[in-house]
Amino acid sequence: MIIELGHYALILALVVAAVQSVFPVWGALKSDHRLMAMAPGLAILMFLLTCVAFAALTWAYLTSDFSLLNTYQNSHSDKPLLYKFSGVWGNHEGSILLWVLILVLFGALVAVFSRNIPQQLRAATLGAQGWVSFAFLLFVIVASNPFERISPAPLQGAGLNPMLQDVGLAIHPPLLYIGYVGFSIVFAFAAAALMLGKLDAAWARWVRPWILVSWIFLTLGIAIGSYWAYYELGWGGWWFWDPVENASFMPWLTGTALLHSAIVMERRDALKVWTVFLALLTFSLSLLGTFLVRSGVLTSVHAFAVDPARGLFILAILLIFVGGSLTLFAWRAPLLRQGGLFAPISREGSLVLNNLFLTTACAAVFVGTLYPLVLEAFTGDKISVGEPFFNLTFGPIMVPVLILIPFGQLLAWKRGDIWGVAQRLTSAFILAILATVALVWFMGASTTSIMTAFGFGLAFWAIFGSLWEIVDRSQVFKVGFARAMARVKGFPPTVWSTVLGHAGLGITVLGIVTTLAFESEHVEVMHPGETLEQNGYHITYENSWTRNGANYQELVSQYTLRKGDKIVGIMEPAKRAYVSSGMPMSETSIATFGFSQVYFATGDTDENGGIVTRIYFKPLITLIWIGTLFMSLGGVIALLDRRLRVGAPVSARKRKAAKNAIASAAPTPAE
Amino acid sequence: MTRKQKRLGLIGLAGIVLGAAVGLVLYGLSSSVTYFQSPTDIVAQQIEAGQRIRLGGLVEDDSLDKSGGSMIKFRVTDQAEAIPVSYKGILPDLFREGQGIIAEGYMDGNGVFIADTVLAKHDESYMPKEVYETLKEDGHWMEEEQAAAAEQSSNVN
Repeated sequence: MIIELGHYALILALVVAAVQSVFPVWGALKSDHRLMAMAPGLAILMFLLTCVAFAALTWAYLTSDFSLLNTYQNSHSDKPLLYKFSGVWGNHEGSILLWVLILVLFGALVAVFSRNIPQQLRAATLGAQGWVSFAFLLFVIVASNPFERISPAPLQGAGLNPMLQDVGLAIHPPLLYIGYVGFSIVFAFAAAALMLGKLDAAWARWVRPWILVSWIFLTLGIAIGSYWAYYELGWGGWWFWDPVENASFMPWLTGTALLHSAIVMERRDALKVWTVFLALLTFSLSLLGTFLVRSGVLTSVHAFAVDPARGLFILAILLIFVGGSLTLFAWRAPLLRQGGLFAPISREGSLVLNNLFLTTACAAVFVGTLYPLVLEAFTGDKISVGEPFFNLTFGPIMVPVLILIPFGQLLAWKRGDIWGVAQRLTSAFILAILATVALVWFMGASTTSIMTAFGFGLAFWAIFGSLWEIVDRSQVFKVGFARAMARVKGFPPTVWSTVLGHAGLGITVLGIVTTLAFESEHVEVMHPGETLEQNGYHITYENSWTRNGANYQELVSQYTLRKGDKIVGIMEPAKRAYVSSGMPMSETSIATFGFSQVYFATGDTDENGGIVTRIYFKPLITLIWIGTLFMSLGGVIALLDRRLRVGAPVSARKRKAAKNAIASAAPTPAE
Repeated sequence: MTRKQKRLGLIGLAGIVLGAAVGLVLYGLSSSVTYFQSPTDIVAQQIEAGQRIRLGGLVEDDSLDKSGGSMIKFRVTDQAEAIPVSYKGILPDLFREGQGIIAEGYMDGNGVFIADTVLAKHDESYMPKEVYETLKEDGHWMEEEQAAAAEQSSNVN
């Protein structure tokens, strides 16, 4: 009964989406207030209906209702409660339903929080959002329905892939989807602006919060996915340049570019057409990512089932939206008014460079990701494009970005003075050099290559150079500490968000360079009581025993990690066998010292009680993820900026101005 | 500078950056991609020693030799030819004789494939796509075989 209710609600949501796709847009184009006024209510209704559908599926998982094909294939009554819950999206149908849920959630959020944007823009935006919702709801109902029943109902389910039975599944997909799908709203805003033919700085101000929210979640989603892969897969790798990872990384790159170009548009009314193009491109790449991951053209842990019909359906959605939005862009963009002027050396100029490099980097990733698919389709040759390709192409493109970051922060709007900025950055440059020398000395000068030292220098330059903005703005060397602190307190939030975002990138780069250059791996067969000396640690294999878990049995091996005479860690990596599927899994054991980690995984045992032990030393690796936290925090602070706050109370004067604007836009008030 | 000059400057700069990127990408695609080969391909083409390739096929039954401790030896077959593989490290959890795998590495001079990475299935029902297609093309793909392998793996545990 509950299942049928959910199924029915989903079909109703599709109908609502169809209505929302047509009438509000028609109303916006014809200035019909009654039609436009439908949009918010429809968006909220569609969200509520999809919630009912999602809740019904969740109910089936929590109560282990195996009369549902989806739960039978992907769940098991022995599973711990958390994995029953997160297992809802640990399969193809459920994950697409989560995708749709987040999609309509964003529509509802726009309906609720965008009361202060013009009615026309709001209606057209929600209408465009309706198109995306319609396409994906149709996909769920026609090609990937989670509510299919089987009769007779089996007594037990097939179980969830043990690799997904981890807290990571509860966090990574929802965060990533909020990021991916959030860009649909940005896309809808862009499509609305093109349809209405009106694009100004205010548009950028309304869109920026949505860009920021999506970007923050995408950043966190990618970072958590990376950490999950790192500790779960047992290979010690944190990024594989796997097509699925690239699929989420491409919208991140263009989304980051969009974040910056929207600032130029908001402040200076420039780069308008480019910003709209980036908005369309970013969501197109999100759709491409969904296609790559969900269609089965790639094989990975992310692709749950290979069904060509589904792949074709998503491909059709992708082509319609990419083709349609590009056509709309080509048709309407020339009508948009040219924006403000600026000199090449200026804040705007530096942001244009940022955009140029980020989109070029994205193009390189795009080629590397899709080339094998295209080549195989045309010639049948099977190739794999991996780390060497991306290190060669993506790496060099990122170098100028890191060099230019501190300059961009200090350049003035409109017309900047590059030599003046260079002088102001001299101290930061010296600090970066000193930090590099110190780190090279600490890691061992003889083992550090020139390239590694250069990488350290770039990272420290990005960190100190971006932090220097605080020193530079507070004028601490001129006005003294007390007055400088007062100035620091008065900084607008944008200063902190820029500093944190850029320093965070530097921190991530520092972690990447150090890990790549100094990580080491040791594989040994160890016998009980045997001690190994490695990287300054004494590692003793104590013994192994069997332990029963909730739905698995595991062989735990215990190692003692000593530094000198002191025990610094008891490591217990394990090998699990899951009861329902019999599938084996390795559980790694990681000890963190400062920012560095020691990582243990075990392999097979031999007849003499020996066990294959794999030990990784990962210097400063946690900085990779800590940096992304700083970047996200920068995004959150930018979101707190009062000027951007969605639904923030506006001053009486502004409200009056807005009213006048609406009145002038719509000469015939309704009712 | 006029608006037009600025725009030309910007287009010029974008052209330089994009040109450099295209150069890098083309060089990367010609030098640092790895081709997928089946054992038959390797025997037929006489691939030169040291060149990085991906070898895919089934792990030959009774070929797994773990006597060397962490140095593991096994043979990969496409039912026509078999290539001996040597690998130092921990095999993936789902590595079994009779199952499809992909190994990445290079041929040494003596006809042995030195693998530095071994990839197996992510779950019970997954088979590396390249392996599956190659086996199907060569007519060596049998559903029963996979069923037998799956059964075998559940017996092991």
